[in-house]
Amino acid sequence: MSTENGSGETSTQTSYGKGGGEKGEVLLEMRGLKIEGMADDVWHEIVHGVDVTLHRGEVLGLIGESGAGKSTIGIASMGYAKPGCRISDGTIMFDGMDLRKTPEHQLRKLRGARIAYVAQSAAASFNPAHKLIDQYCEMPVQHGVKPRSEAEQEAKDIYARLRLPDPDNIGFRYPHQVSGGQLQRAMTAMAMSCRPDLIVFDEPTTALDVTTQIEVLAAIKDIVEQFNTAAIYITHDLAVVAQMADKIMVLKLGDMIEEGFARQMIEEPKEEYTKALVAVRTFRKDEDIPKEESPILKVENVTASYGGGVMVLKNVSMEIHKQKTVAVVGESGSGKSTLARAITGLLPPLEGTVTYHGEVWPNALKQRNKDQLRRLQMIYQLPDTALNPRQRIRDILGRPVEFYVGKKGKEKTQRVRELLDMIELDPDQFINRYPGELSGGQKQRICIARALAAEPELIICDEPTSALDQLVAEEILKLLDRLQKELHLSYMFITHDLATVRAIADEIIVMLLGEIVEQGAKDDVLNPPHHKYTDLLLSSVPEMDPDWLDNLLAERAARKAKGEAIMESMDN
Amino acid sequence: MGKILKMIAQRLGLGLITLLVVSLIIFLGVELLPGDLAEAILGQAATEETVAAFRRELKLDLPAHERYFDWLFGIMQGDMGKSLANQRQISELIGTRLGNTLFLAMVAAIISVPLAVTLGVLAALYRNSFYDKCVNVVTLTSISFPEFFVAYILILFLAVKAGIFPSISNVSPDTDLWDRVYRVALPALTLTLVVIAHMMRMTRAAIINLLASPYIEMANLKGMPRSRIIVKHALPNAWAPIINVIVINLAYLVVGVVVVEVVFVYPGLGQLLVDSVSKRDIPVVQAASMIFAATYILLNLTADILSILTNPRLLHPK
Repeated sequence: MSTENGSGETSTQTSYGKGGGEKGEVLLEMRGLKIEGMADDVWHEIVHGVDVTLHRGEVLGLIGESGAGKSTIGIASMGYAKPGCRISDGTIMFDGMDLRKTPEHQLRKLRGARIAYVAQSAAASFNPAHKLIDQYCEMPVQHGVKPRSEAEQEAKDIYARLRLPDPDNIGFRYPHQVSGGQLQRAMTAMAMSCRPDLIVFDEPTTALDVTTQIEVLAAIKDIVEQFNTAAIYITHDLAVVAQMADKIMVLKLGDMIEEGFARQMIEEPKEEYTKALVAVRTFRKDEDIPKEESPILKVENVTASYGGGVMVLKNVSMEIHKQKTVAVVGESGSGKSTLARAITGLLPPLEGTVTYHGEVWPNALKQRNKDQLRRLQMIYQLPDTALNPRQRIRDILGRPVEFYVGKKGKEKTQRVRELLDMIELDPDQFINRYPGELSGGQKQRICIARALAAEPELIICDEPTSALDQLVAEEILKLLDRLQKELHLSYMFITHDLATVRAIADEIIVMLLGEIVEQGAKDDVLNPPHHKYTDLLLSSVPEMDPDWLDNLLAERAARKAKGEAIMESMDN
Repeated sequence: MGKILKMIAQRLGLGLITLLVVSLIIFLGVELLPGDLAEAILGQAATEETVAAFRRELKLDLPAHERYFDWLFGIMQGDMGKSLANQRQISELIGTRLGNTLFLAMVAAIISVPLAVTLGVLAALYRNSFYDKCVNVVTLTSISFPEFFVAYILILFLAVKAGIFPSISNVSPDTDLWDRVYRVALPALTLTLVVIAHMMRMTRAAIINLLASPYIEMANLKGMPRSRIIVKHALPNAWAPIINVIVINLAYLVVGVVVVEVVFVYPGLGQLLVDSVSKRDIPVVQAASMIFAATYILLNLTADILSILTNPRLLHPK
């Protein structure tokens, strides 16, 4: 099908960036930006008049929790509103053009060519039907910036600059043939293809493992500096944005809370909300309970596979003691969730045993009796999918109360109300609600209550906080800690987030490719000497210090130069 | 590549098993027909000896399972038996008819498939526009009328009033290609009108379904024109459901033509089937049913394989 002929039109515009323009010249200015979203057939304002000014070559970090409107504002800089949203007021001036008055076909010529976008999930945002390099070349060719052969050469060059393995050939792969971290870099490369003046990065590393995240952050930072591209960097992680941005803007529910230079915002935040964001992850549980002699759960030499011969767990042994939290950490694919499935019997181990209070439990879930099921409960990563949207909270909590404890009628309702009190939700207000009427944090509290309804001794928490905003996540951690003290619970806490581990763990298990590489008490594992993988994992966790990334990369380079063996991310 | 060949072999094997089951059902179905075949054919006046002789001749005196296997092994060797009506070999009787039916189906497919996909893509591109609504109304109207009605309307306007096409599609083995195309024009057009709505609407729906995907939003933010987004970004990922509907309709073009063939007196398999049923020519009915079943299974198999092949994950493994 024919496409609009871009070349004639674009020649009238100013040059395509080419790193042109000095820092200091204003590139993007949004004034009084208001955006509305459609819900229940009514327009609701979701961004209430925000001002954004961005100079050439400058990186602005937009930070806030979900619902803050940061992505919406970021995309609005392209004159674009997601389906179901509209820009209702304000001006968007980009390099002298008012994007709100520019007709749609002109905007299309601008998008990609002068303002590019890097999406949160590269895996979903690359078209599965086309090769990476075809998707790279599409923009320059369609916008008439350069011919295909030239674009292809440049793609290889940029792939190399972004330190993608085998840059000459990686472009000829399909998206599913490349790992997540590599895809995210390929997407950054694609955004660079027309040498835009501005790139909008929409949470580009949120879906990645810490060790992979670092590679992508370094690559993005590098390339943005090399081409002197201005960028809007959207994230919910203040530590990440501190590494990337010159300036930071804090948003909350569609309002600007505070704006300033990155270092100043981290070191001396003015607003309460910003202070809370900076101080997040400072929660530490106090450890005073002595460890009991015999463990409540003992896993010995467990090996498991999802069929097909590849062992996802190899000879794993671990113990969990009363009122202790064992944190299992590792990257995606390390087998940590599989370990939980093996213990619960959802995926019966091929070899090895699960012993509970000295009694060997059947491997398969189906063969376990009700009391065994009751003692071991689970909390999942995504409370949205873990709760039946058609059941009221009363039924969601009432069913396990009846099933495991045998309470009925008034007794059951009484118990459900107690459970709601325990998780700090007002029973009168919440007992008759549906999950859809709750926020993410409240849903996760309901999941916790559902696990408690069985009156268990051990709860396996599979990344219960990783889908939540940081402030909410911290509240959940505090709740779990309080419940542990009150009910003498033990937790097996699966996470990829080391800040969470620092907060709540008593013992740590580090997993890699289905094997335990290190395990022990928290302080032993967190303090040197480390296994080299633990070292990689620990050093990759972003810190608030704006110089952290630069220092770390310099240090790793120096160690490499000295010929020290350091472990590279699995992604390369 | 080996994985794909293995998959195709597996599907073919499954298809054969299905066909075997279908053969059993056809045989049992005929077997369960009330009344006695020999008496029905020879009439009430026949003497017992003639009936018995007739039964022996047709091997009707043997137990059912023996007759079934006899018939099945015959078919496997290409021998479908003899027609009761005129004692000719069924394979010979069916051969030219099957060719005619496939020819008509092919002409109808060549017109309808590209047309349906194009209309569907355009409807997705200009969705909710006047054009979109028009196409929907017209195609839905044509699918809502019974086939014979559509056929007669076409005959009335295009054959009787305008005189462009012949109203009777009589072809013989020595009719040349262009003359054939000319003669089957009206039945092919009727079939096109009958199948197009389905394919068009599925194309439209499959594409629109994908428009909410992140990679379509990405294409928008890359500044690609709408037409390119639909054709290059949505369509390649929408093939699987579209192919399935296309193939079901192709199968219908082969096995569902009975009425159309009768209306246009076209010497195809459908007409033969109708004739044979009224003449109680059981072996021909069985053979035609088997051919229809095989067509259906084979085409659905093709759809399965094609829609799997459009998935780049399978075609380009890690």
